[in-house]
Order: sequence, then C-alpha cells, then structure tokens
Amino acid sequence: MQNVLKGECASVIRTEFLSKSFGKLNVLKDISTEIGQGEVVAIIGPSGCGKSTFLRCLNLLEMPTRGRVYINNVDITHPKTDVRKARQNMGMVFQHFNLFPHKTVLDNVIYGPTKVKQIPKGEAEDLGLKLLAQVGLSEKAGVYPSRLSGGQKQRVAIARSMAMQPEVMLFDEPTSALDPEMVKEVLDVMKGLASTGITMVIVTHEMGFAREVANRILFLDGGGVAEDAPPEVFFSTPKSERACQFLEKVL
Amino acid sequence: MDANFFEAALNSSPFLARSLAQTGGLNLDFSKIAPDIPFILTGIWETLRFTLTSAVFGFALGTILAVFKISEFKPLKWFADFYTSIFRGTPLLLQIIIIYYATPQLTGYAIPAFIAGVVTFSLNSAAYTSETIRGGIAAIDRGQREAAMTLGVKYPLMMWDIILPQAFKNILPSLVNESIALLKDSSLASVIGVEELTRRSQIVAGQKFIFFEPYIFVGIVYYIMIVGLTWFAERFERRMRLSD
Ligand SMILES: Nc1ncnc2c1ncn2[C@@H]1O[C@H](COP(=O)(O)OP(=O)(O)O)[C@@H](O)[C@H]1O
Ligand SMILES: [Mg+2]
Repeated sequence: MQNVLKGECASVIRTEFLSKSFGKLNVLKDISTEIGQGEVVAIIGPSGCGKSTFLRCLNLLEMPTRGRVYINNVDITHPKTDVRKARQNMGMVFQHFNLFPHKTVLDNVIYGPTKVKQIPKGEAEDLGLKLLAQVGLSEKAGVYPSRLSGGQKQRVAIARSMAMQPEVMLFDEPTSALDPEMVKEVLDVMKGLASTGITMVIVTHEMGFAREVANRILFLDGGGVAEDAPPEVFFSTPKSERACQFLEKVL
Repeated sequence: MDANFFEAALNSSPFLARSLAQTGGLNLDFSKIAPDIPFILTGIWETLRFTLTSAVFGFALGTILAVFKISEFKPLKWFADFYTSIFRGTPLLLQIIIIYYATPQLTGYAIPAFIAGVVTFSLNSAAYTSETIRGGIAAIDRGQREAAMTLGVKYPLMMWDIILPQAFKNILPSLVNESIALLKDSSLASVIGVEELTRRSQIVAGQKFIFFEPYIFVGIVYYIMIVGLTWFAERFERRMRLSD
C-alpha cells in the first residue's frame, strides 16, 4: 500500500478492504487507505468511477458491502458502534447544498449544535453568527435559503457543517452545481478552512484548486485507488496510463 | 338568529320562493319550516365540531401510520398497510354502525353517538390521510435526510423537525380537500343519531311530515359551506404558492 503520510500524523480515517457493490455493479474494490490529521485530500477521477460512493462510505451514508472504515481508530462499520457519534465529528457538504428550506440561514447553521449537541440557543447563535461572518454571509442570517444564490447556499452549507466543530470535512463536488462565477467564492471559503488545519476530503473536478490546496491526490479508477501522490507529483508525472488520459482531458 | 328573520327573508325573496316552488311543480313552501330553521342551523356547529375533531385526530393518527409505512421494521409497515386496506376496503357507513353498536356489546361501555362517530371518522380518515402523508414524505428530496444524518440527528427528530414540516406543507392542499370530503361524509353520522345538520333536518321532517323543504334547505347549507371552504382553501393555496 502506498502511503504518503508523514510519520507524525495520526490517522483520522482508515479504510480496510473497503468494497461497495450496487447489485451486480462492483463500484469499489478493496480500497485500503489512510488519511491523517490535517491532510487535505482531493479525490479525482472520471465520472462514475465511485468518488461519491467512496466519500459516502466514510460516514456510512452508504453501507460498505465489505471491509471496514475506522474513524479515529474506531470501526464505524461495527454494528455496535454509534454511527451518529462518528458523523457528528465529520461534516459533509453536498453538491446540491441540501439546506433545510423551511429554516432561516441562521437556524440552518445552529440546528446541529442546538438539537444534537444540546448547546444553549444563545451560545449556538453566537457561534453561528461567527461562522456566517467567516463565510461572508452575516447579513443573510435571517433570510430563507430560497433567497440565496447557489454560491451563497453552499457557503451556508459549509457553515452549517462547521457549526458541529467536526474534525473532518467531507466535500462531494461542492462547486459542480454552481454557475461559473460563483465557484470562486466557495473555493475561497474552502481554502480558508484548509489553512485552519482541519482534515478535508474533497471530491472535485477543480484541478487548479486540487493542485493548489490539496496536499494529496487520490486518483480513483476501476474501483480502486489508481494513484496516490502529492499534487506536484501527480500533475507533473502521473504514473498510470489512465491518469495521463484523464489529465489530458481535464487540463 | 331568530325564526322570524328567516321567514321574513324567504317572504321577501320572491325569486327564491317562486323558483323553488316551480321546480317540477312541487309545492315547496319554506315558510313551513321557518320556525325550525334555527334548530337546523345549530347543526352547523355540530357538523363543524364533528368534522374538525375527526380531521385533527385522523391527521395525528395518519401521521403515525405514515411513519409506520416507511419504517424499516416490517411488522409496523404490514400493520399500517393492513389497517389502511381494512378502512378503505369497507363502507364508512358500515364502520360507523359497527363501532356504535358493537362497542357496548363488546366492552359494556355505552358509547355516546358523537364519540362513536368521531372515533370512526378519525380511524377512517387516518387510513386515507396516511397515504397522502406517506406520499408527501417520499416526495422530500433524499438530500434533506442525508444532511440531517450527517449532522448526527436522531431519526425521530429528523422526521419531526426536517421531513414532516416540509411534507405537510407540500400536501396541505390535499389535506384541506380531504377535510372538506370529511365534512360531506359527516352527514353519515346522522344514522347513529349525532345531531348534526342532516340529523336535524330529519327530525324536522319527521315532526312535520314534510320532506323536501328541510332536506333541500340543509342541502343548500352544505353547499354554501363546502363551496365557501373550497374557495378559501384555493385562495390560501395560491397565496402559499406565491410566498415560495
Ligand atoms: N444508490 C445507487 N444505486 C445503484 N447504483 C449506484 C448508486 N449510487 C451510485 N451508483 C453507481 O455507482 C457508480 C459510481 O457512482 P458515483 O460514486 O456516484 O460516481 P462518481 O461520484 O465518481 O461520479 C455509478 O455507476 C453509479 O451509477
Ligand atoms: Mg459523484
């Protein structure tokens, strides 16, 4: 197994022979990998290769068919593990935002802290407003998501996940549903997050972003990790034929 | 409202009186039931009280059944499906008769007619409403559930805070229509003696041996109520859609 972890990093996420099939379709085949504290990992690969499925197996939105997922060395695929606990520690940002349309922006953000962590409302609101300021949306606290642009929605979704103060953030193509002029504002917020040292796993088609912000690229192909390398290595001297073809197409 | 007012109204409305009287050459004379009109109209309150209580309980029970229907625990789903098929597969009139007459026989409790009626209507309405609510839940984007799950929200709380409020909002027009249908069906409660509109017109008819006037009068009352409620419901729905 290839491992680009620096020795001192504790592993936050570890998969062992992670496999996932949908009926007869084997999407993921025996993926074993480790993601360390503070790493920013970009997952790239051709469409339909299983990037989303891999990401969604990490917080068990998809139940792996075989294999294990460890979060902070706890096997969350074990039936006795409380998956909710693990999920509270892993924020997820979706391609289509999935904001709660019947709640205001601030209520979206404080929903997790107040209802899951039972933090007093006032305290949660302070935290929520701080996070909204961080994503540049203080003035939108009281409006409903339907009033926001795509880029603004996604920034609220990031703030909502961050409000749980997770150790890990998972992103599934966070900018793919956005109009081109809104991509940058979301990527900038993510860049800011990356610099705070939080562990990030990002499925993305934004190669420029991956190259600049990620410190590790996982190239998925044929149901496995075809390449696992730092971006400077991956983008300049990809080893596999498939990665070369892929980069030719997208760059 | 007193009887004289209606007598006066009918007398002073030659158009209404004549056009009704001319129908099929019947001798309709609404002045004959004028003294009974307040008695009949009091039934509006009874009809509304009956319908509203049944709708509220039916909605609550329907919500529980809908949650059963989408449960991963199959026996709950089987129970809810079976329940629905029973209440949709038998006549409402029969259900109301069974509950009214069978309850005392089975339990010794002489169930008052109003309660027997409301129980039947709630149980029956729950069967229909549960299907509407189940559909409303199914129509909510899967991403809503996933967003709640990734925050670590427990399933019941996710249902209560995230899924059901959105589902209810989407199906509100259907729920209102079902309540209006319930209002119409409440007429059936007359067979066990609930003194709602229909029953009261029967009483008047029986006392005076006149039939067309009280029944047609009560028909007009139902019509005005139902058309009026439908009109309000449509306006309300349009305003809700505009506010989205
Ligand atoms: N819930 C599902 N049921 C059946 N097939 C699925 C499901 N989710 C994904 N797939 C299939 O698995 C493959 C990988 O999907 P996905 O992980 O979404 O790919 P990517 O995110 O890399 O584009 C695709 O062929 C897709 O059609
Ligand atoms: Mg995908």
